[in-house]
Amino acid sequence: MPERIMFTMGDIASAEGALSAGCKYFGGYPITPATEIAEWMALRMPEVGGSFVQYEDEIASITSVIGASWTGVKSMTATSGPGVSLMLEAIGLAVMTETPLVLVNIMRGGPSTGQPTRGQQGDVMQAKWGSHGDYQIIALTPASVQEMFDQTVQAFNLSERYRVPVFVLADETVGHMRERLVIPDEKDLKIEYRKLATGDPADFLPFKPDDDLIPPMALLGSKYQFYATGLTHDYRGYPTDKEDVQLELVARLNNKILHNADKIIDLERFMLDDAEIAVVAYGTPSRSARKAIKEAREAGIKAGMLRLKTVWPFPEDALADLASEVKHIIVAEQNFGQVYYMVKAAAAPTPIHLMAKPAGMPQLPHEILDKIREIDSL
Amino acid sequence: MTEPAALKLKDMLKKPEILTSGHRMCAGCAAPTIVKLMGMALRGPTIVCEVTGCLEVATTIYPYTAWKLPWIHVAFENAAAVASGVIEAVDVMREKGRWSKEHVDVIAIGGDGGTFDIGFGAISGMLERGHDIVYMCYDNGAYQNTGIQRSGGTFPGQETTTSWAGKVSPGKEQRKKPLAEIVAAHRTPYVATVNPYHHRDFITKFRKALEVEGPAFIHAFSPCPRGWRSQTGKSMELAKLAMEVGLHPLYEIFNGTEYKMSGPSRRLKELRPLDDYWKTQGQFKHLFKPEWADFKKSLQEQVNDDWEILKKKCGIE
Repeated sequence: MPERIMFTMGDIASAEGALSAGCKYFGGYPITPATEIAEWMALRMPEVGGSFVQYEDEIASITSVIGASWTGVKSMTATSGPGVSLMLEAIGLAVMTETPLVLVNIMRGGPSTGQPTRGQQGDVMQAKWGSHGDYQIIALTPASVQEMFDQTVQAFNLSERYRVPVFVLADETVGHMRERLVIPDEKDLKIEYRKLATGDPADFLPFKPDDDLIPPMALLGSKYQFYATGLTHDYRGYPTDKEDVQLELVARLNNKILHNADKIIDLERFMLDDAEIAVVAYGTPSRSARKAIKEAREAGIKAGMLRLKTVWPFPEDALADLASEVKHIIVAEQNFGQVYYMVKAAAAPTPIHLMAKPAGMPQLPHEILDKIREIDSL
Repeated sequence: MTEPAALKLKDMLKKPEILTSGHRMCAGCAAPTIVKLMGMALRGPTIVCEVTGCLEVATTIYPYTAWKLPWIHVAFENAAAVASGVIEAVDVMREKGRWSKEHVDVIAIGGDGGTFDIGFGAISGMLERGHDIVYMCYDNGAYQNTGIQRSGGTFPGQETTTSWAGKVSPGKEQRKKPLAEIVAAHRTPYVATVNPYHHRDFITKFRKALEVEGPAFIHAFSPCPRGWRSQTGKSMELAKLAMEVGLHPLYEIFNGTEYKMSGPSRRLKELRPLDDYWKTQGQFKHLFKPEWADFKKSLQEQVNDDWEILKKKCGIE
């Protein structure tokens, strides 16, 4: 399809990004503020020959996505906090079975039912640590309608490449804001698909990784006989309680992401080159920070921003480098401090200042500017 | 001491309302009327556990609550489980002599999404455990609170934002879950369908549900002008009409096996055609296009069949 331009909301941009990435299955359940993604998919999926199904709850939604993905169809779901909480067991299952899938979480106020129509960034740690056990996932944090599209495409590419669930973590403001969206000509989009099993089915080992730590995937209904399970499994996919298998498997599930962190992590450096004060932000607060930094510069304060477009795997090397470049780091996020602790661990001993706001209205530009001025006067 | 149910108009006016005016439900929504009718049936101290939904959100917006009863909002899927916890704890306290009241009724309330779909497991568990709870579903036919998405309670032919009507689709194509009968299949002591138009029938049944030992289930039909695209002044008429066309017949099921057709449904000579119901609502407007004539016919046949089966179960020839 040739280039198209829309004036639309972040939720719909994300759905369009998924369609451009080749997503053909959406399993979902209504929840504010992510429902528009399901509604849009209910309209659009039939048009592209895909399938939209509404389930009886979020547990069924995401597990249907796991089933669909194993047939070789790019699959996704979208939800918000309470829905993610219900999906967490299945996130672990998808990690353990190495199932490519995309989960768009339009973050709302929490905990619990919280403030469904107000944005927050309270689910950053949940995305990484929500399911039990040790594992890595990937989480992307768009800050505009265009990025909702772009990063949903990227989320599919990463989930296909690394066989891992990928979160698009957008706060409600980004999900519901309306901006210009350019959907590129499909020829100009780089679309990836999972590495598939090849060779003789008789010798096939469904969970034997290649050198890149990622096993080629056999699909349900293909010529390969295999067994996929949430139990700790050996290369054949068979459950085992052997310690060495557990150690190797869990290490590999983590390392296939951590060893490729530099290829996954996406950051924006804004006015950082000579900066003395850096703001670290993502999503909506980063939009406020951008304005604050421009105004700080006009006032002669050397401020800049490191904008995280990826929060997991965490860009700790970039933060360590940042800490050596600047005198102070301000972390502005719409929660009580979640990325803050990661920044603190990576960037010590440079002073880290938290601007926490676990509420619907993000830090406003003048509030961030005031904070920059306060730090500058130290 | 238990209070009598208020069945006569003069008694109803005397019975204290359990939901105050000033709640923020939409104009024409039948759910607050359903709650008020529930209040007419109460026999004394009562605790309400309610799932996420229109009624929950709009009657309790900070800093106000419209409820005059002890009331707890739980997550979307578990009012029946929370109610089970409440009743267990009350029993324990009574045994230890720490519960002064002679009696307490526990009521769980959910919409069709929270009952037919996400909360269904918890309800089934409550029924199996036999907890003495009245579960009431106010069924407005879709996830109206999140913006009109289809649910297991949505009728076939109904357009919602996840069951669009268009060139290739007539809206939702699947049947509505036969929830009252699924609940009854647990050999639940008492199951009844009600609507707010037939208020005496409603109050009588709700009172029976409270008085029966063990779990009881009330399936209340609740017109929603916003989601249905119907006139706000017509909700009570639509509740009656849904009974007359056979989409929400009124009946009771005792112990899972004994069916009894209620007066308003029993007195029908025959069902009114579904067209009479569909033409009152924007959500069925597309059904009148010529391309859906066959689909419409199949829905009418479905309802006719269901009606005959129900009559047979109720022992009506």
